[in-house]
Amino acid sequence: MATVSLESLKKSYGKTEVIHGVDIDIEDGEFIVIVGPSGCGKSTLLRMVAGLEGVSEGEIRIDGERVNEKEPMDRDIAMVFQNYALYPHMSVEQNMAYGLKIAKMPKAEINARVAEAAELLQLEPYLKRRPRQLSGGQRQRVAMGRAIVRRPSVFLFDEPLSNLDAKLRVQMRLEIKKLQRELGVTALYVTHDQVEAMTLADRMIVMNDGAVDQIGAPLEVYANPQTEFVAGFIGSPPTNFIASETIGGQAGTKTGIRPEHVVIAPVGQGNATGLVLYAEPLGAETLIHLTIAGGEAFTVRQDGAVAIPAEGDQVGLSWSDDVEMRFDASGRRF
Amino acid sequence: MEKRVTFKGMWLPLLLVLPQMLITAVFFFYPAGQAVWQSLFIPDPFGLSMQWVGLGNFEFLLSDPYYRASFATTAVFSILVTVVSMGVALYLAVLADRLIKGSGTYRTLLIWPYAVAPAVAGVLWLFMFNTRVGVVTWYLGQLGYDWNHVLNEGEAMGLVVVASSWGRVSYNFLFFLAGLQAIPKSVIEAAAIDGARFWMRFRTIVFPLLSPTTFFLLVVNIVYAFFETFGVIHTITSGGPQQATTILVYKVYADGFVGQDLGSSAAQSVILLLIVSVLTVIQFKFIERRVHY
Repeated sequence: MATVSLESLKKSYGKTEVIHGVDIDIEDGEFIVIVGPSGCGKSTLLRMVAGLEGVSEGEIRIDGERVNEKEPMDRDIAMVFQNYALYPHMSVEQNMAYGLKIAKMPKAEINARVAEAAELLQLEPYLKRRPRQLSGGQRQRVAMGRAIVRRPSVFLFDEPLSNLDAKLRVQMRLEIKKLQRELGVTALYVTHDQVEAMTLADRMIVMNDGAVDQIGAPLEVYANPQTEFVAGFIGSPPTNFIASETIGGQAGTKTGIRPEHVVIAPVGQGNATGLVLYAEPLGAETLIHLTIAGGEAFTVRQDGAVAIPAEGDQVGLSWSDDVEMRFDASGRRF
Repeated sequence: MEKRVTFKGMWLPLLLVLPQMLITAVFFFYPAGQAVWQSLFIPDPFGLSMQWVGLGNFEFLLSDPYYRASFATTAVFSILVTVVSMGVALYLAVLADRLIKGSGTYRTLLIWPYAVAPAVAGVLWLFMFNTRVGVVTWYLGQLGYDWNHVLNEGEAMGLVVVASSWGRVSYNFLFFLAGLQAIPKSVIEAAAIDGARFWMRFRTIVFPLLSPTTFFLLVVNIVYAFFETFGVIHTITSGGPQQATTILVYKVYADGFVGQDLGSSAAQSVILLLIVSVLTVIQFKFIERRVHY
């Protein structure tokens, strides 16, 4: 249980700055997701908090105490790695007990904690097995167990679900959320998957190219993206961007409209005209891909019950003014 | 699953393995067979006739105190060479693994000694420790230590061990470095977060994960110390002083070619053949299965 504060945190490798200053105050028990495309610096940021990477500038505080110079083991954190990083020559039980043994905890206490974690994670039948005898999902659980038994103040997750198949990922996502709520531990979670970010986060940090574009609650970020990048990255299918002058706006700026805010209208009506390329009926909803004047791609998401226009048809695209998001030439919202 | 290549007929595969089979037959099976055959006879001093003695050569050898002493010498020598060359190599590999800048140069320089032939390595060390003109001997003399491996048995053993280990460090270093680099970095990081400091991580994580490499090198180095150090011993001490560095393989040479006792020499070869067979079996059956994760 702890607060975590990052203050103008920067990281450089030689002369190349890869993280350009991150500021955030994380509250006790909060679930923070750092999301962004690969190479945006999100993992580096997490590794700096863990103490696996040095801090070039700025400060990290855990529970108000500066930890920049502290070794990972002295920061009271636990980390779950993308490839699980289990010790291959130890059984599940030994994997979980390793950190406690090093801390010279009494044997009875170690056994009690491991048993408790194993029960929580349904790992009891596998305690004597080696990691290679487990499935991906089970290994993931062992990695979680190893983090839990130490009762750290902060959990760090580095893309923990990306090596699992789609179904298991959804299931583990729920379990991680449930576990974090039960234990009430502050968590920092790195992912490139915006669905994971939306579903897990109390607040999310959207990173782009080493800088923080926006910090906020998922729905808040979704509804009010502060930059063109955030609008495009959060939401699936992504936001449509069109040059503003084609719909009578200011030259040099862009307008973003989310696919679900657009309604197909008879040709000649609405804000723009599009040519239907193809449709993807998904049952509950249908995605319609079009090109609009100027050849730009455009996607409409409509209810599955609504009639689907034929491929090659010209249709009108209609939306209300208040859903338009306007971005200036530098990508900032205005 | 392993992919198997299948041939239609028998002739092409036979033809393809023939060169290797011929080499093995001419340079291994034929001499080995000869050794086994000769070990059952005692030839006369001029090599004109042979007298059948059955297992007499072996009986004599096993009751010969010199031969038993050579066994002990070989054991001490192999253990020292293996421990020294592997220990130094592991230490250097751990250092090289942590290097970020200049690791290429460091690695290349460490691999160099491997290119030096054992006999040449022997001569190199011999020059440095030569009792009259050796550089190291001179420095030791300045420090008040009178080095003389020609007379001192311990010093002779020390010198052949160092000379034999030297080139071997390169070989072991390569394998240890590869082994270290095959350990996922995140596992080490996980251990660091779990509270293990460097030495603890090395003892509980790195070393156990290196065990396949270590066991492999153990066997290879023992075989090396047993059989391939002839050149070093021959150039530096010729088995002396007082047979203090006469290891089994050197005794085969000394008894056979110097002492002209070909029957005994052949019997010694057969015993060595048995030892290397056992080592190979251990390597294949026991070790390879046990230490892989």
